[in-house]
Amino acid sequence: MRPFLSVEKMSVGYGTTTVLDKLDLGIRKGEFVALLGSSGCGKTTLLRTIAGFTKPFSGSIRVADRDVTQMPPDKRGMALVFQSYALWPHMTVAQNIGYGLKLQRQSRENIDARVNEMQNLLGLAGLGDRKPGQLSGGQRQRVALGRALAIDPEILLLDEPLSNLDARIRLTVRHEIRSLQKRLGITAIHVTHDREEAMVMADRIIIMNTGRIEQEGSPEDVYNKPASPFVAAFMGAENLLSMQARVQGEQVELMEGSFNPSIVTALAGRTLATGPIELRFRAEAARLARSEDKTVLQPGTLELRGQVTSVSYPGGHWRHAIRLGENEILVDADTPFNQGEAVRVCIPAKSLFIFNVVEGLAEARAL
Amino acid sequence: MTAHIDLWWLPRAFILGLLAFIIFGPLTNLLLWTVAEKWYFPHMLPLEYGFTFWQRVFSPRGNAMASLMTSIIVATLTVIVSLALAIPAGYALSRLKLPFRGLILLAFLIPQAFPNLPVYVNIARFFYEIGLNGTIAGVVMVHVTHGLVYAVWIATAAFSAVDIDLEEAARSIGAGPLRAFRDVTLPLAAPGLMASAIFVFLESLDEFTGSYFVGAPVVNTLPLLLYTAGSGGNYQIASITALLLLVPSIGFMLVVERFLRADVLSKVGH
Repeated sequence: MRPFLSVEKMSVGYGTTTVLDKLDLGIRKGEFVALLGSSGCGKTTLLRTIAGFTKPFSGSIRVADRDVTQMPPDKRGMALVFQSYALWPHMTVAQNIGYGLKLQRQSRENIDARVNEMQNLLGLAGLGDRKPGQLSGGQRQRVALGRALAIDPEILLLDEPLSNLDARIRLTVRHEIRSLQKRLGITAIHVTHDREEAMVMADRIIIMNTGRIEQEGSPEDVYNKPASPFVAAFMGAENLLSMQARVQGEQVELMEGSFNPSIVTALAGRTLATGPIELRFRAEAARLARSEDKTVLQPGTLELRGQVTSVSYPGGHWRHAIRLGENEILVDADTPFNQGEAVRVCIPAKSLFIFNVVEGLAEARAL
Repeated sequence: MTAHIDLWWLPRAFILGLLAFIIFGPLTNLLLWTVAEKWYFPHMLPLEYGFTFWQRVFSPRGNAMASLMTSIIVATLTVIVSLALAIPAGYALSRLKLPFRGLILLAFLIPQAFPNLPVYVNIARFFYEIGLNGTIAGVVMVHVTHGLVYAVWIATAAFSAVDIDLEEAARSIGAGPLRAFRDVTLPLAAPGLMASAIFVFLESLDEFTGSYFVGAPVVNTLPLLLYTAGSGGNYQIASITALLLLVPSIGFMLVVERFLRADVLSKVGH
């Protein structure tokens, strides 16, 4: 089946700089997709190009077999919710929400009914006569959402709509938007730099880096099976170690280093070649044990020996900085270990993200 | 210590008084002249007060009313033409990444940069050849070149103060470019445009040199009447005319002050 929205071989940029190069993307009807990436990765450019505010150099954008590449934004049947909300200060809340319907030349009664429906849906009842200036941040955000939803768009585009809200409201609005989108069955594309926000809201996450799609997949997929070191790091596997690996058939051996004995584990779908590798894992995926603790490890568990350099309590668990020669890694544990204590860090094979080191990349990183 | 501060008040009071005299002295003199029936040297104040000159100015046979009408017609047309040019120009200058944006803005200053007299003499000569001399259209054109600098600069600032997101928000939910401009950009820029209209109106009302060379003696605006009356030694008529010119100026300045927000002003010339 063809996707509802498809972007094919699209290149976009400003002047002579290319931001997105031959990008392909397909989104099914009713799907909630998050474009995730750090600032400058091209996610907002992608969204604005889909919305029609930026013209691509080449490639095409199709919605339901309709080529919209050259269409102006107002003919695309999409609605964009801006990061700044972009509410019109000279119009009331009701006028803001009803404007799109007024453009469609709907009758007064229809507009009033729909505006009321939107206000009730978004918890803005009774605020219809206020101007945007008299609303709180959360209310403004909901007016912006209502204005976009009122016209019943085929595709709802969200450009970091939660980043201007304070942390507590943000958590509730996430769920509100998600449940609203499910209830109305709208196709939505959500641009964000917040990993947790993307995980909680989206059916599918598209991780972008320097104008390319690094990986796309369900939240579980990108979290548990990162396809590149960038994705692994972006999804929270910040601990980084360099090692040597030897691949033999379906098995990979991580060679013995100054802090670890060698282990052999299944490739389990990883594509690896013999040579230098970089290894990543999350602070919460590792288990900490005293060095005299001689519990037998499950086969394939990587064991590192190091020393605790500092302990902190970010809440819920204790976070330890462990020194391994030149490197320092962070490991969580339920009980605190003493500073200076020699410890064993055990990481189960499934939590190890292993990637071959690309020559140029390693040098770039060393700089 | 207190004596020291008290002493400081003396020069301050003196300077304030002097300033007040510089500003209000001529005004008072002007007001006195408008109601003076008889006033000659060496008397400090008029000898007789009355409104006969007012009657003369406002009588159906007096030229003051006709001149006032001419002035208002010219000023209104100037505002319409200037805004018709300044709205698209200001919008383009604020929105598009035009090359030499600063130079374009500066170009509107050119009519002000050269000495007025030679420019207007040449314009008059040229207009005479193409039959625009002594017509309202000719005078309006001269005033437009003069007023356009205010109109374009302020309009550019007014449009720059409208966030582009607001326009795109309208576009994204179905408004065409003109509709978005009409419903969102224009209303939000209106206070600034209003201010620029008022500036142009006042400039036109006040303009003398161009009107004199291009308009006189057929198109007789209020400043031309003032000049004729003043040079003819008729101070009463001149003062009353001046007062007529002063009223809209002061009234509009008060309006402008309300309309021109600081955020618009701060974008002038950017």
